[in-house]
Amino acid sequence: MKEIVAFSLLNGAVYGLLLFMLSSGLTLIFSLMGVLNFAHASVFMLGAYFSWQISRWVGFWPALVVAPLLCAMVGAAIERFGLRRVHRQGHVAEILFTFGLAYVIGELVIMAWGRNPIENHVPAVIDFAAFRVFGTSYPFYKVLMMGISVAMFAFLYVAFKRTRLGLIIQAALTHPQMVGALGHDVPRLFVLVFAIGSALAGLAGVIGGFALLTEPNMAANLGPIVFVVVVVGGLGSIPGAFVASMLIGLLQTFAVAIDYSWLDLFRALGWKVAPGSMLREVWSVKLSQAAPILPYVLLVLMLIVRPRGFMGTRET
Amino acid sequence: MRVWLHRIGTGGLAVALLAFAGLAGAQFKMAYIDPLSGGAASAGVNSQKHVVFFADRINAAGGLNGEKIEILSYDNKVSPQESLIALKKAIDEGARIIVQGNGSSVALAITDAVLKHNERNPGKEVLFFNYAAIDPALTNDKCNFWHFRFDADVDMKMAAFGDAMVNDKSIRKVYLINQDYSFGKAVAAAAHKMLAQKRPDVQIVGEELHPLQKVQDFSPYVAKIKASGADTVITGNWSNDMLLLVKAGKDADLKVKWFTYYGGGLGSVPAIGRDGVGTLKQVTEHHKNVLPTLLPEEEAFHKRYTDKSDELYYWRIRNMFAMLDAAAKKAKSNDPIKLARALEGLQLDTPLGPMQMRADNHQLLQPLFVSTLSDKARFDVEHTGLGFVTDEKIDAAKTALPTTCKMQRPS
Repeated sequence: MKEIVAFSLLNGAVYGLLLFMLSSGLTLIFSLMGVLNFAHASVFMLGAYFSWQISRWVGFWPALVVAPLLCAMVGAAIERFGLRRVHRQGHVAEILFTFGLAYVIGELVIMAWGRNPIENHVPAVIDFAAFRVFGTSYPFYKVLMMGISVAMFAFLYVAFKRTRLGLIIQAALTHPQMVGALGHDVPRLFVLVFAIGSALAGLAGVIGGFALLTEPNMAANLGPIVFVVVVVGGLGSIPGAFVASMLIGLLQTFAVAIDYSWLDLFRALGWKVAPGSMLREVWSVKLSQAAPILPYVLLVLMLIVRPRGFMGTRET
Repeated sequence: MRVWLHRIGTGGLAVALLAFAGLAGAQFKMAYIDPLSGGAASAGVNSQKHVVFFADRINAAGGLNGEKIEILSYDNKVSPQESLIALKKAIDEGARIIVQGNGSSVALAITDAVLKHNERNPGKEVLFFNYAAIDPALTNDKCNFWHFRFDADVDMKMAAFGDAMVNDKSIRKVYLINQDYSFGKAVAAAAHKMLAQKRPDVQIVGEELHPLQKVQDFSPYVAKIKASGADTVITGNWSNDMLLLVKAGKDADLKVKWFTYYGGGLGSVPAIGRDGVGTLKQVTEHHKNVLPTLLPEEEAFHKRYTDKSDELYYWRIRNMFAMLDAAAKKAKSNDPIKLARALEGLQLDTPLGPMQMRADNHQLLQPLFVSTLSDKARFDVEHTGLGFVTDEKIDAAKTALPTTCKMQRPS
């Protein structure tokens, strides 16, 4: 039992931190530009492919730096040459643009690297056990992943709250015209934020690429859960995204460990559900079976009860 | 949508077009209905290459009773609804055989629709060749005269696992993890039945159904498997659910034997890599090391398709076309009803042993192989340096299981 709890905590935290890496960039972009960037997970995917390609040429550590930089350039280009033009058409056009872009990036990836998952294994330099718990060794790359994610959070938090640039970005969030009138180059700020957000997605992709599978559907597979994190955490809130990621990671992981259904609860309460009765099928679903849909249940509840999320500053 | 990818595959688009144009009128049309776009496209595109490849081989040898086979391809996005629309189009365009494999839900929809079409349109019957949908119902309760299955079903494959497990005393505790839908449940039920029969001493220490292709992080499931003390895992998982499960197992240092249905599917071995050596097992009708040398079909396939991920994985598609060719010769006609009658009970020799199409439920009996991933295999898959080696060969006749099929034949 202790073992299950310990591993669930560890696994939940790792998954949560991976989600945070993915969603921090998205929430950053949204908070500044008000654009729900559907192509964000695609940039994450590009990060995974770039790092795999680069690490084949020059090794893993350079790839860890270069791949996010490439993603930053992709992000900057998307903003500068795509979104900025579309921006005049309003939010719907922007969303449609990023939506289409996600498909384009997906197809480009298929053309470049094929439809099947690529051989993206944990790089040899970080493929060793970090420590042992309950007789099981724990891979170092997961520790590295946690470290990077926490560092990312600290960086964003400090940069956002404690630096001049952060202050300007925050001001531009609500009063872009005023900030512009004060002499700040707001469009350049947009490019910068988009680049940073994309770099963060790319960094998540470097780690997520081998922690998960590097394949053309990885963006589509992770996209929805990232939106859940952003909405539950509160649009535009970095600490909110952090709390929501951890909550979802732990919720999902612990739920898998719980093999009880509503039927068991009813039985404990002394109620009987006859074998043929209505809804019995529903009651007999074990919590572990439903685990991966719990985040979406949370999303729906959140939108009903508290639409601005845990720490959001405005309504969704 | 009609897709002409197979022509691109041949290299000479213009030549192919001219060749097809010249032969118009004397063609035997087969419709390939499977995912060619979206998440499952990798499987659909790969098997499409096999279908085109083996059809072309028959064409090169003169075709079916002089008629060249033309493959019409339709993208169904693994959706039963899309498949029915595609089926309608295929029949309108003159297809006489429908080929499909990905997804038992799709196959069940097609087999129903084909049955209805044939009842309502006498003289315009079509056949349904299923090369991969392995829900046992298709050749049992839902069987019909027009459907032929060229892949062993869930129960037959599980029985093959049973033959491989029966003498392996290191297997004591088994964990079942499957996808939460009809196929995953069928695998779990088959495992229960098989273990009760062949290894009553083995204990099932855990059973899991998880949502289909929704799980990104399998580590909590692996933690459960580990806590259960299992030494063997049986899973019907495919695609990402299969690969992520084995990956998570490696991360958590899980030492178990994996008995999988799709552990060797195209794209799996590169993704799993060395983590599966010695532990990852699959049951298939073929793998690259079934014989000491490559089969001529494999060599020809590799000559034509040179991409890194191109492998002759679907040997059963080869068997399917071999059966079709033999049936056409036997019937001396390409009429679907006559072909179907000729197929019933048809026996053929293959390089891997004899095979037979059962007359009572239209299930192909072909030799099955339980194999394990190895780094010492003579022939590797997808340039990984890893390949499968046979643990156990089960002859075609031994794979037969009782059926509940009550075949209604046209009078």
